[in-house]
Amino acid sequence: MITRPPQPDENPAGLELPLEPQPGHSSLGRLERILRRGEFAVTAELNPPDSANPEEVYERASVFDGWVDGINAVDASGANCHMSSVGICALLTRIGYAPILQIACRDRNRIAIQGDVLGASAMGVANILCLTGDGVQAGDQPGAKPVFDLDCMSLLETIRTMRDEAKFLSGRKLTTPPAVFLGAAINPFAPPLDFRPHRLAKKIAAGAQFVQSQYCYDVPMLREYMKRVRDMGLTENCFVLCGVGPLASARTAKWMRSNVPGVHIPDAVIARLEGAEKQKEEGKRLCIDIINEVKEIEGVSGIHMMAYRQEELVAEIVHDSGVLKGRRPWQKEPKHDDALIAERLEHILGDDTTERQQQMVKDAAN
Amino acid sequence: MADTGHVTQAALLKKAQPKTDYKPADVSPQRRVQSRYTMRLWSVRHARGLEWLYARLASTFLMLHPVWKALGYGRVERPVKFVERQIKGLMFDCRMCGQCVLSSTGMSCPMNCPKQLRNGPCGGVRANGNCEVEPDMPCVWVKAWEGSRRMREGDAILTVQKPVDQSLRETSAWLRVTAQAAAEQEREKEEAA
Repeated sequence: MITRPPQPDENPAGLELPLEPQPGHSSLGRLERILRRGEFAVTAELNPPDSANPEEVYERASVFDGWVDGINAVDASGANCHMSSVGICALLTRIGYAPILQIACRDRNRIAIQGDVLGASAMGVANILCLTGDGVQAGDQPGAKPVFDLDCMSLLETIRTMRDEAKFLSGRKLTTPPAVFLGAAINPFAPPLDFRPHRLAKKIAAGAQFVQSQYCYDVPMLREYMKRVRDMGLTENCFVLCGVGPLASARTAKWMRSNVPGVHIPDAVIARLEGAEKQKEEGKRLCIDIINEVKEIEGVSGIHMMAYRQEELVAEIVHDSGVLKGRRPWQKEPKHDDALIAERLEHILGDDTTERQQQMVKDAAN
Repeated sequence: MADTGHVTQAALLKKAQPKTDYKPADVSPQRRVQSRYTMRLWSVRHARGLEWLYARLASTFLMLHPVWKALGYGRVERPVKFVERQIKGLMFDCRMCGQCVLSSTGMSCPMNCPKQLRNGPCGGVRANGNCEVEPDMPCVWVKAWEGSRRMREGDAILTVQKPVDQSLRETSAWLRVTAQAAAEQEREKEEAA
């Protein structure tokens, strides 16, 4: 028997038991609990493997152990082919992580997407991030057919309808609705700047409960945006997570600025990196500086770490910036069907039985 | 959100393509069917006037509802669609989605967006206000926002639009709106009576 003071986010009846639903919450996930409790959340993006090996996903997720509240499983980011986000989420929930499923409208139509939402939710995914997705021209398969059947807004509305009204877009009933915490993306750094806060308002109206922003390298611009968002009263209905990430070098920064759609990097940032002796170190320090500035902005409820190919730095950066204030995020999250799976596994692995059809028929008859 | 190699895979693919004499312009198929943006941009600049004109047109069509009904909506569909396609094609680069939302998008047709977004600009808009996919095209939604600020009912841009019903493609939006407005009118009359 474990003897220790009761912790938030665990079932008092036993550590291995799933959490009970809380009033006013739309999911059973810990990300929602943490945000609603008013704690500063940290999410991180997992670099999806180009491989069919589950070990690679586990390995890449393990660097975030104890440092993040949610792991984003990206859906072919930048229109580049990788392991699917649903697949990654299925693997992650299997071993108790709290993934954030990203759905991009670029590759699938409404029939496929609604099916994926149900499948993912059944696998224990508690958070879904709705995206439009980059154009196919940006990725490794420019000859692909761009689908864009829904856009991020109608995707949000579709999943919200599935969750709150327990029906598909067509009106057909669901027996169990997907209990998910809905997210969207924002880019406060792209024109038309006047429209951006209104667009966030639209996303909230369509169902967004949290938003993750594009990489922030221009804090004054974010501050201006947040001021307008606060004035419109939007932060009361939505949690804003600011996207941050370390830049490996000035060259990478320039490359990103010209090749990754929607990334805004001011010249001062590039100059600072160029002036440094160890550019990678400076990139990390710059990231920590930005986090320290961003966390003071009223209305910012957390950060979203996008450390592409530098995932090992996430723990260090989160530690050094002190955003968790000593809190240790949970890594394992029990699911409702855990007991069932454990029982079945025990039977498969433990019981020394060879099931023969004749024997099974005889057993059933008796 | 980002892949940071130093050359994009798309650039490598392009380089590896066999060299031939026929090299089409390096733009999306959608760009190839559009002539230029002059008229479209003009329409956005004159969104206020067009809004007024559209309101007149709608009420004229509604007045003609008995005529349409007598002739049969099915029978007038072809000629009306022809006229609609020509006019809207010239003014807005219309894609005939059959569910026109011009009045909610500052008279800038959202079906010209390479992602066909109906609810606002994506996060990829370039710093100069041009499209992520078509570097030489002004973002449809940057223009839509400008147009909507000129319009009387411009705040319609703030309502969330439903996804496009693909089964309504290549049908007349004008006739649909007219028939719906007429039905609405009749219902109101019945309620009043």
